Amino acid sequence: MSATSEALPTVASASHGAIVCFVVRLFQEKPFGAIAGLVFLLFVVCGSFANVLAPYGFNEINLIERLQPPTWQHPFGTDNLGRDLLSRCLYGAKLSVIIGLSAAGLATVISVSIGMLTGYLGGRVDMIGQRLVDAYMSFPELVILIAVVSVLGPGMLQIIGVLSLVFGIAGSRIIRSAVLSVRENMYVHAAQSIGCSTGRILWRHILPNIMPPIIVLFTTRVGAVILVESGLSFLGLGVPPPTPTWGGLLSGSGRSYMFQGPWLALAPGLCLTVVVFATNVFGDALRDLLDPRMRGSK
Amino acid sequence: MRTYVIRRILALIPTLLFASMIVFVTIRMIPGDVIDLMLSQNDVSADKLSRERLIQALGLDRSMPEQYFRWIWGILHGDFGRSLWQSTPVLEQVLQRLPVTLELGLMALLIGLSIALPIGIYSAVRQDTFGDMLARSFSILMLAVPSFWLGTMVMVFPSIWWGWSPEVNYVNLTEDPLQNLKQMIVPAIVLGAALSAVTMRMTRTMMLEVLRQDYIRTAWAKGLPERLIVMRHALRNALIPVVTLVGLQAPLLIGGAVIIEQIFVIPGMGLLLLDAVGQRDYPVVTGVFLVVGLSVMLINLVVDLSYGLLDPRVRRQ
Repeated sequence: MSATSEALPTVASASHGAIVCFVVRLFQEKPFGAIAGLVFLLFVVCGSFANVLAPYGFNEINLIERLQPPTWQHPFGTDNLGRDLLSRCLYGAKLSVIIGLSAAGLATVISVSIGMLTGYLGGRVDMIGQRLVDAYMSFPELVILIAVVSVLGPGMLQIIGVLSLVFGIAGSRIIRSAVLSVRENMYVHAAQSIGCSTGRILWRHILPNIMPPIIVLFTTRVGAVILVESGLSFLGLGVPPPTPTWGGLLSGSGRSYMFQGPWLALAPGLCLTVVVFATNVFGDALRDLLDPRMRGSK
Repeated sequence: MRTYVIRRILALIPTLLFASMIVFVTIRMIPGDVIDLMLSQNDVSADKLSRERLIQALGLDRSMPEQYFRWIWGILHGDFGRSLWQSTPVLEQVLQRLPVTLELGLMALLIGLSIALPIGIYSAVRQDTFGDMLARSFSILMLAVPSFWLGTMVMVFPSIWWGWSPEVNYVNLTEDPLQNLKQMIVPAIVLGAALSAVTMRMTRTMMLEVLRQDYIRTAWAKGLPERLIVMRHALRNALIPVVTLVGLQAPLLIGGAVIIEQIFVIPGMGLLLLDAVGQRDYPVVTGVFLVVGLSVMLINLVVDLSYGLLDPRVRRQ
C-alpha cells in the first residue's frame, strides 16, 4: 500500500519535471519560439477572458463616438456605429480560440485515428484510405467549406465539424508516415509475438512513440484553422453576426467605411497576423526540439 | 517511363471516383427544409419554380444510389446539369469562368516563383547572414498574413494616400490584353505573395541540403566559379522537390483565388461559386466544386509526370 502511494507522486513529478525541463530547453535553444509561445498563450488568455478584459460590449453602439481614430479611450478606434474596436477584436479572439483549439484538436484526433489504422494495418485498408485522402486533398479547404456551408447554413458547429474533418484527413499523411517508421521497431514485433491485440499495440506501443509529430501537428493546425475560418468569415459565410470575428470585421458593412477610418482595416488583420505568425513560429520551434527528423520540412 | 505514366493515370481513376462521391455526398446533405428556404429566399422566381419542380430538378425524388449514377452518367456525357436560376448549362458557365481563374493563378504562380527562387537561393548560399535572417523572417511573416487582409489594405491605403485604387471593372484578356494585365497584376501579386513564402522556405532548405553534397565539394575543388556551382550543379537538383511542392500548392492557389476574386471583383470560378452559394444554386456549386477538384488532380498528375522528366533517377525506375 505504502509502496503504491509513494510511487504515484514520483511518476507524477517525473512527467512534471520533464515538462519543466522541456520549457527550459525551449527558452534556451529557441528563444524566438518561446516568445511566440508566450504570445500564443496571451492570445488564448485574451480569448478565454474576453468578457472580463473587454472595456465595452462587442455590440455597444455609441453613435456620438462613431469612426474615432485610436485614442486612449478606444485604443483601436471605433467603427461606423461607434463600437469599440478593441472590444470587438477581443471577442473575435474568443471565437478564434474556441474554433482554433477545438477544430485543431478534433482534426488531430481524426488524423491520428486514420493515420494509425492505415499505417499500422497496411495492405488494402491503407490503399483505399490513401486514395480517399488523395481525393479529399484535391479540394481546397475553403472550397469544401463554402460548399458545405451553402448546404448546412453558417454556424459555429458546422464550421468546427468541417474544418476538423478536412484538416484531419489531410494531416493523417504525417501520422501515417510516423507510424510506418515506428511499426518496424523491435518492441512492436515483440508485442506482436507475445500475442498483444492490435488495439493494445496501437495504444501502448505506437501512440506514445508518435507523440512528437502529434503535438507538432496540433500546433500548426491551430494557426491554419484560424486562418481558414477567418477567410470564411471574410466571405460572409462564417459564424453569423452580430458575433464579431476577425475575418468578419474586415468585411461586410465595415468595408465601405475603411476609406474614412483606415484603422478599421488595420486592427483585426494585425491581430490575425500576429496570432498566426506566433503559432507558426512556436510550432516550428516545437518541431525542431521534438522531432529532429522533421526539421526543415514544410 | 511509359508504364509509369500509365500507372499514374490508372491510379487517378479510384481517386476520381472517391472525389465524385465526396462532392455528391457533400451537396446531398441538403435537409428537406432547405427546399423551402430556397423558395422563400428567391421569392421572385417562386412562381416559376414550384416545390415539385425544384425537387425534380435537384433529383431529390429518387433514391441515393440512383441519384449518384444518374449524376455520374450525366457528367460522363458532359452534362453537369442546369443552373436553377439562369437555366443555362452549368458546364457552359464554368468553362466561361475557368480561363479567368487560370490566368490569375498562373500570374500568381509566376510572380510567386520570381520572388521565391532568387531569395531562396540567396538565403541558402549566404546561410546565417543578415540577409538570410531577413529573408526567412519575411517568408514566415508572409505565411501568416491572410491574403484577404493584404488585399483589403491594397484597396484601402493607396486610395487614401495617393488617391489610387486598383481597377475593378473587369476587361477580358481577348478584348484589351494590356488593360487586362494591368488589372490582374495587383491581385496576382497579393495571391502570389502567400505562395512565395512557402516556396522560398522549401528552396532554401533543399539548396542547403544539396550544397552539402560531395559533388558540390568536388566542384569547388575543381575551382569552378560560385555562380556556376550554384546555378548548374546545385539548383538543378534542389529544384525537383520544389516543383512537387509548387504542384501541391495548387489547392492553395485556387482556394486563395476565391477570396481574391471577391475582393477585386474578378469574374472567375471563385466569384461564380460565391454567387451560386448566395443564390443556393446547387447544380452550379456542385459543378464548380467538381471542376476545382479535377483541375487540382490534373495539375498533380502533370507535376508527378514532370518529376520523371526532371529527375533521371525516377525515369529509370
